[in-house]
Amino acid sequence: MRRRLYLALALSVGALAAACGGGSQDAAPADTAPIANPVDPATAGAVTGRVTFAGTPPQAAALRMDSDPNCVRPGGNATDESVVVGEGGALQNVFVYVKDGLGNLRFPVPSNALVLDQKGCRYVPHVMGAQVGQTVEVLNSDPMLHNVHAVPAANQEFNTGQPLPGMKHTHRFSTREVMVPFKCDVHPWMRAYIGVLDHPYFAVTGPGGTFELKGLPPGTYTIEAWHETLGTQTQSVTITPQETGNVAFSFTSTT
Amino acid sequence: MLLHRFAALVAAATAVLIFAGGLVTSTGSGLSVPDWPTTYGWFMLTFPLDKMVGGIVYEHSHRLIASLVGFLILMLAAWLWRAEPRAWVRRLGYVALGAVVTQGILGGITVLWFLPDAVSIAHAGLAQLVLCLTVTMALVTSAGWTRGYSTDDRTLQGIATATTAGIYVQILLGATMRHTDAGLAIPDFPLAFGGLVPPVWSAPIAVHYAHRVGALVVSGLVLATAAHVLYHHRRRAELRRPSLLLLALLVLQIALGGLTVLSGKQYVINSLHVVTGALVLATSLVLTLRAYRPRFARGIRDQGPGIGRTVSPIPDPRSPIPDPRGAQA
Repeated sequence: MRRRLYLALALSVGALAAACGGGSQDAAPADTAPIANPVDPATAGAVTGRVTFAGTPPQAAALRMDSDPNCVRPGGNATDESVVVGEGGALQNVFVYVKDGLGNLRFPVPSNALVLDQKGCRYVPHVMGAQVGQTVEVLNSDPMLHNVHAVPAANQEFNTGQPLPGMKHTHRFSTREVMVPFKCDVHPWMRAYIGVLDHPYFAVTGPGGTFELKGLPPGTYTIEAWHETLGTQTQSVTITPQETGNVAFSFTSTT
Repeated sequence: MLLHRFAALVAAATAVLIFAGGLVTSTGSGLSVPDWPTTYGWFMLTFPLDKMVGGIVYEHSHRLIASLVGFLILMLAAWLWRAEPRAWVRRLGYVALGAVVTQGILGGITVLWFLPDAVSIAHAGLAQLVLCLTVTMALVTSAGWTRGYSTDDRTLQGIATATTAGIYVQILLGATMRHTDAGLAIPDFPLAFGGLVPPVWSAPIAVHYAHRVGALVVSGLVLATAAHVLYHHRRRAELRRPSLLLLALLVLQIALGGLTVLSGKQYVINSLHVVTGALVLATSLVLTLRAYRPRFARGIRDQGPGIGRTVSPIPDPRSPIPDPRGAQA
């Protein structure tokens, strides 16, 4: 009987050790062979435009951060960032990008690292773009802990803890995906979105609702505007050499 | 008797653990601690209390309670190994220990693998089995069990077994519904989209509806069992009491299920629904085991660590002639 007990204990410890070894959350290695930019700057054009919200914008809901007292600022009035509308209906945090039209062109991966910060119990910026293989550093600038949990559909999911201020997690996305949601399971209101593309033609609208996609080769493109709650819209635009095309997107509430 | 009390304490602690686990899922806190078996790099027991915020409160508390329950089951298994003369009861202790260790590993895997449905459902299902094992150990070490019950009713044994099995299947359906996020796939109660049958179907609606149909089946089984006991054995307190408790828990459980939907899965109500389901299962199991009690041998001597110890050897006129080598019940 003792023999069997020892065997059971040994198997349990073995299984435990095997399970403990499965927590690696290393970033996917990037295929970052240097490639020259295929676009001739002499002929490159651009697409600019503005994204607006039509109608009465929804009132930004107040965020309740009291599940973590460290996040609550005295007199703070944090609001939900899902729909941010500025002057003249300017819609912020819209990811605008070239969805189609670039053919088989391949673009170099930028060497600069992008930073997704955690500050004041929020992800900053709320929406951003990155290229496949580009370094994204997720930083904890807060004095309290966070967990960085990316929940992509096509890329590798990861969930890593950052219990101390200044901690940094580096990641490179391996494939194109619009969008990769980020969350913090400790602070459920914390959300961010990263659009991952295999080219550099993307932008995020700021307080003015404007965007600019520079350095585009002449051609006809499908431009998509993505918003986290209002959905997506696409438009087609054709630009000739050194021309700047203009597109406008107008979203309305889906509720 | 002390052993029985300790086993009952372990069973109660296991029920508390199931409630804590229910809170983790109900609050969506399952991944608020991304590492395992450490907690944000700390050894679990040294994780600073001031960092227990947000979802960590639920997830880390669940881990701490689970560790306590694991330790209690280890103690219980060791106690049974040292003091229990019945080999099958000692084996229950070993099985419970193996089950709780497996349960802990499943809990770790589900965190490290980002809550895959199959692993999370298995974790929920095994939790119920651990509870069943601890309840069984508490029951079979009780004085009432040792004295024995004389009712050997095959019909009762059959329907009580079917009821317990039905409840367990229903719990697995509920776990599938919870972990596939189908808890509000049918948003109204007691009807389904205003009718008896959903007008549209999808996988979440099917799972949710199956859980509701399962509730009706289980209700029928519980009513049949309780009616049988109250009609044929109403003077047998050891059967009547769990039957009445089973009826009361069933009513409470259905009310909590309805409130879970109507409240939009309010996390406390949702977690109470989970733990009440476990209590329904445990109560039905007690009734079933008591129905089978006459089939277990009594006053058993056994070989092994408990050799020579005898548990209240009360002669039973229907017992077979004892095997001189020692009966194995």
